[in-house]
Amino acid sequence: MEFSELLNIGLMQGFAGLSLFAVLLLMGLGLAIIFGQMGVINMAHGEFMTIGAYTIYLGSHLSSHYAPSLVSIYFPFAIVLAFLFAFALGWLVEWGLIRHLYKRPLDTLLATWGISLAMQQSFRTFIGPKEVSPTLPDWLLGSWAPKEGLDIPINGLFVLALTAVVTCGVLLALNRSRWGLRVRATVSNRVMANAIGIDTRKTDRLTFAIGCGIAGMAGAAFTTIGSTGPTSGQLYIVDSFLVVTFGGAASLLGTVVSAFGIAQTQSITEFFLHGSMAKVLTLSLIVLILMIRPQGLFASKVRR
Amino acid sequence: MLKVTDLFVAYGQSEALHGISFDGNKNETVAIMGRNGMGKTTLFKSLMGILPVKSGSIEVAGSEVSKDESFVRVAKGIAYVPQGRMIFPTLTVEENILTGMENSQSRRIPDDIYALFPVLFDMKRRKGGNLSGGQQQQLAIARALVTEPKVLLLDEPTEGIQPSIIKDIAKALNEIRKIREITIVVSEQVLSFAMDVADRLFVIEGGRLVHETSRADTDVGRIKQYLSV
Repeated sequence: MEFSELLNIGLMQGFAGLSLFAVLLLMGLGLAIIFGQMGVINMAHGEFMTIGAYTIYLGSHLSSHYAPSLVSIYFPFAIVLAFLFAFALGWLVEWGLIRHLYKRPLDTLLATWGISLAMQQSFRTFIGPKEVSPTLPDWLLGSWAPKEGLDIPINGLFVLALTAVVTCGVLLALNRSRWGLRVRATVSNRVMANAIGIDTRKTDRLTFAIGCGIAGMAGAAFTTIGSTGPTSGQLYIVDSFLVVTFGGAASLLGTVVSAFGIAQTQSITEFFLHGSMAKVLTLSLIVLILMIRPQGLFASKVRR
Repeated sequence: MLKVTDLFVAYGQSEALHGISFDGNKNETVAIMGRNGMGKTTLFKSLMGILPVKSGSIEVAGSEVSKDESFVRVAKGIAYVPQGRMIFPTLTVEENILTGMENSQSRRIPDDIYALFPVLFDMKRRKGGNLSGGQQQQLAIARALVTEPKVLLLDEPTEGIQPSIIKDIAKALNEIRKIREITIVVSEQVLSFAMDVADRLFVIEGGRLVHETSRADTDVGRIKQYLSV
């Protein structure tokens, strides 16, 4: 094998890692803002991702059956719909369940896990246990070959662009919008935020719903790299938690960096080693680093 | 402007405030004097809705607030500067002030806030947590003021602050009252500060108001006796 071939394989494998990075980052972002805002660990986050993925499938199914001419353009609309579905369901879950449990953080863990199981079974019962894949529009298929022997899949590029847009949007909203200010004030001191005029309950609900909506978009991204089944979300939830803890729970920049690190380590070692060995290596690295820096990679420094 | 009647507050079974009644008029500063553990902070927290009221009423500009959540009380016209400042350490000075502007249409901090506390203008991009104690106190007052309150509550504003800044804060409070004609209620252990700002003084002891006096008639010796351990 020549060096240039090796380089190409490295690049392509690195790019496969970028797709994984995109999904992990979107999942981690949602988890991080929910955990940061109200200390709720959302075990059902993976299922919100699955909802997004099924929404894309629904869009593809409907358009190919009823309006074949729309197959090429349904995808962007389905992404918006994926966000909206997951957002609405997140809103309902917060209203119906989570808000009664804020004083009992460990119970939210159990409650959201229950939701996760219930949602998985609902997918199995109402949609079917078989894995499904949406028909992707033609412009998402194929690959971009900047040179001989190097193929970069277009759907990967698309996922990456989507992730970049969503991440920048979230960061911008958190740092510039009123919602962001409310969130950051509540995270900093909930009682005081309420006593300065911020409706913290409404902020909680909106934040939870937005976090779930982002998971829905992660699901949309996910359909381009894998097929969707009732338990698809479960496969990603552990990695997403790792991303959040590793990056430092209060830091979104940390989430970005750690998602990148984890996805790349995973993907590149996967090529040279066995899949499970890659996982072992990634996890050992994380454990080692967390032993040295228990607060995560990034934690903002201020006098408290 | 503020009318508190027969306020009872309890932590579980143990009652901390046993029927507090007082009022604050428009354009008046009232000081609540008392040693540690006499119920000052409990009183302020219950006025703000951080602690639930067992019975009694709190009226702000004629509307009853004792059952409302804190943020509703803010909209109705109470603002709160808590003990220990409680500014948001991770937010910049500017953002800290903006959190108080939840009910205002504009997102621009009014000029008179910076005129009152010029140091906040110089530091507006700094993180709140990196300010000194006195600057944080000014920030907490600014954050409360932008809610356009009718009643401003300050819980021990001089605690842990160096004497020269205490003078500045007294000056600022008098200025605020003069410009805005609001009711200011301040809890204190430092008598000289209270004498600088208050029109009327109350003494709280064991969860009851035991003494009331106007500034002109204040028997300094007597209040000092209440405050001494």
